[in-house]
Amino acid sequence: MQNKPIYLFILFAAAAFLFISTASARENEQVTGIKFADQSNINAEHWNTVDHSKFDALKKKFTAGHDITKACLSCHTEVKKQFMHAIHWTWLSPTGGGLTGKAGYSINNFCISTNKMHDTECNNCHIGWDKKNDGINCLKCHGQSQMDWHQEFKDLKEFQDTGETELVDEIESDIQKNVLKIGLPQRRNCGECHFNGGGGEGVKHGDLDASLIMPKKSLDVHMGIDGANFTCTRCHTTKNHLIAGRVYSTPATSARISLVQDDLAPKISCESCHTDQPHAQGSKPNDHTDRVACQTCHIPTFARAHATQMWWDWSSAGKLKKQRKYQQKDEYHRYSYKSIKGDFKWEKNVVPEYYWYNGSIKALTAKDIIDPSKQPVAMSWPVGSRDDKNARIFPFKVHRGKQPYDMENNTFLTPLLCIENNGYWKTLDWIDSCKRGMQIMGLPFSGKIGFVETSYVFPTTHMVAPRENALTCVQCHNRTHSRLAALTGFYMPGRDRSDLLDFSGWGIALAALAGILLHMLGRIFITAKKEED
Amino acid sequence: MSKTMKAIYLYTRYERSWHWLQLALISLLMVTGLEVHGAYALLGFERAVKIHNLVGITWLISFAFFVFWVLTTGEWKQYIPTTKKLFSVARYYAYGIFLGEPHPVPARKESKHNPLQRLTYLGVAAILLPAQMLSGFIYWSYNSWDAWGLNFLSLGIVAMVHTALAFALLSFVIIHVYMTTTGHTVFDHIKAMITGWENVEETIAIEEWEKGK
Repeated sequence: MQNKPIYLFILFAAAAFLFISTASARENEQVTGIKFADQSNINAEHWNTVDHSKFDALKKKFTAGHDITKACLSCHTEVKKQFMHAIHWTWLSPTGGGLTGKAGYSINNFCISTNKMHDTECNNCHIGWDKKNDGINCLKCHGQSQMDWHQEFKDLKEFQDTGETELVDEIESDIQKNVLKIGLPQRRNCGECHFNGGGGEGVKHGDLDASLIMPKKSLDVHMGIDGANFTCTRCHTTKNHLIAGRVYSTPATSARISLVQDDLAPKISCESCHTDQPHAQGSKPNDHTDRVACQTCHIPTFARAHATQMWWDWSSAGKLKKQRKYQQKDEYHRYSYKSIKGDFKWEKNVVPEYYWYNGSIKALTAKDIIDPSKQPVAMSWPVGSRDDKNARIFPFKVHRGKQPYDMENNTFLTPLLCIENNGYWKTLDWIDSCKRGMQIMGLPFSGKIGFVETSYVFPTTHMVAPRENALTCVQCHNRTHSRLAALTGFYMPGRDRSDLLDFSGWGIALAALAGILLHMLGRIFITAKKEED
Repeated sequence: MSKTMKAIYLYTRYERSWHWLQLALISLLMVTGLEVHGAYALLGFERAVKIHNLVGITWLISFAFFVFWVLTTGEWKQYIPTTKKLFSVARYYAYGIFLGEPHPVPARKESKHNPLQRLTYLGVAAILLPAQMLSGFIYWSYNSWDAWGLNFLSLGIVAMVHTALAFALLSFVIIHVYMTTTGHTVFDHIKAMITGWENVEETIAIEEWEKGK
């Protein structure tokens, strides 16, 4: 009879163990988020009804880039109409009224401005033949050969002029063969510009660089060649040559619905395929999806394979060694200094900075007045706050640096840089390059140049890590080094506490302990004394 | 002073099981709760949260059984507070105990709690524990506040109430554990809570007010 409570206790313990073990077994089942995403990816194999090598339009000799485009357009009749409105061609924001966009007054803290596309170096990335002067270059996105078309046509013309017919024939057939290598844009096509923005590989985006051409799953679960093996267009879906995913004045998508709810929903957000309850049913991470973006936990660090540029200080540009421009490299074999550009800092495995973000980014333009007494000046920043129902905590790369501004007008300066137009990279003359750069923009320049520290943000959304590498709870929920330490104004378990409450609480518990110790000593000694007596 | 001891059956099987189960639950909740609060790292935040939630709900459900038991068996009468002899009990623990005086209100079957215990246990069982379960339950259901119309609440306030009550409970446990050593022998009370049988002095009669009709 006296043993029964123990049996009962064992029974209770066994029941609790059973409960806990079934709960954890449930977690090992395939979670809905992955199940649904796999479902939406079943028929990913692309098929078509066309073999381009059988088209007569392509069985001809091409002597210039625009000839190729003409051939493309002879069948794809609506492309020009569509593409001329696309931001990839205009470089102007569709909602900015000519103000925002690379070809407008938008600026950054990299090469600052395209000077309304007069900085010809920038135009390497424009989707046209001869930079932007000779019509659309369809092959920039659709060409699957590694051919340097510019060089090829230059050689062709040279050999034609010198009459070397054998070489001419060889190049012509080479071109003809490579023209046929066309298809949907591959990672390399998009990456040619988007992995190399800001003047080099990994300069601009921390989550987009050449490591994504053939990434491992550990770098990017979606693009990994041993993973889902996505191309960019798997998520960046396209309609009339307009590509989903641009995030500046307007979010990439404001609809937080998945393909499960609407099979025509945009595929640009994580939730499109994974739903907004992607984790095991009833698990805590699902409770976070309303205020914490997937990227926050699932991209623990960016620039995990190649280093990314974090700092660009234009103010130190212009130094010479033995009267000559020079450059230095750092431990990542990236430039740490260039006479024509200044100082750089590169980092790998960078922990993002976290901000409330509703999908929009606000940015300054060359027309905005700045306050240089408050540095760093934010050139762009995420829109959102905790009170904004559409805002979630999101990871960002923040690129900082110093760049020239007009000390009298308190505006940013847009120096003309390119060598071709005798810009700063040739002359190392700030006054002249700023004067001409601002002239092109139609903006005033006082002649007084100062340097101001600035910051520029990039949302981090690529390089999603395998789930075992996602952040754990404690990386945010801890007192001393929470990843979200900078986000205040709300109570976060594990991170926050009331010092007064903790002090009093522990104080009372300690007082109780001290009290019983004294009481106990009293009992021991007084009783002992009594026994002696 | 009579020293005749008599063993009485004081705690029923359910009562004892409930006591030790509650000890296990509260210990787990205390250890995991303080970790979630950020006081230390032991099991890891994630595991601590999971265990805390699971144990908390278990406690809530098993407490409902306790309430049922207390109400249906009439045991609730043992918790009726009184000021009678309250001060002589307090005086005993503050003074008389050192001199080896007899306990002014020893436990009996019909009245197992002395006036100080009545007051304390009523406070703990009727106020502190339910308040702690309620604040914990509200904290746990944070994501449903919208749906339940509880948006006027602030997580910070709820968490702090829960933490404050936890400190109160911790202080209670410290003193409670110590008080178990004040029986006839050091382990007498603990033994009683295991076997159900307590040694009490035989001679003292139960007074009418203690019976709680």
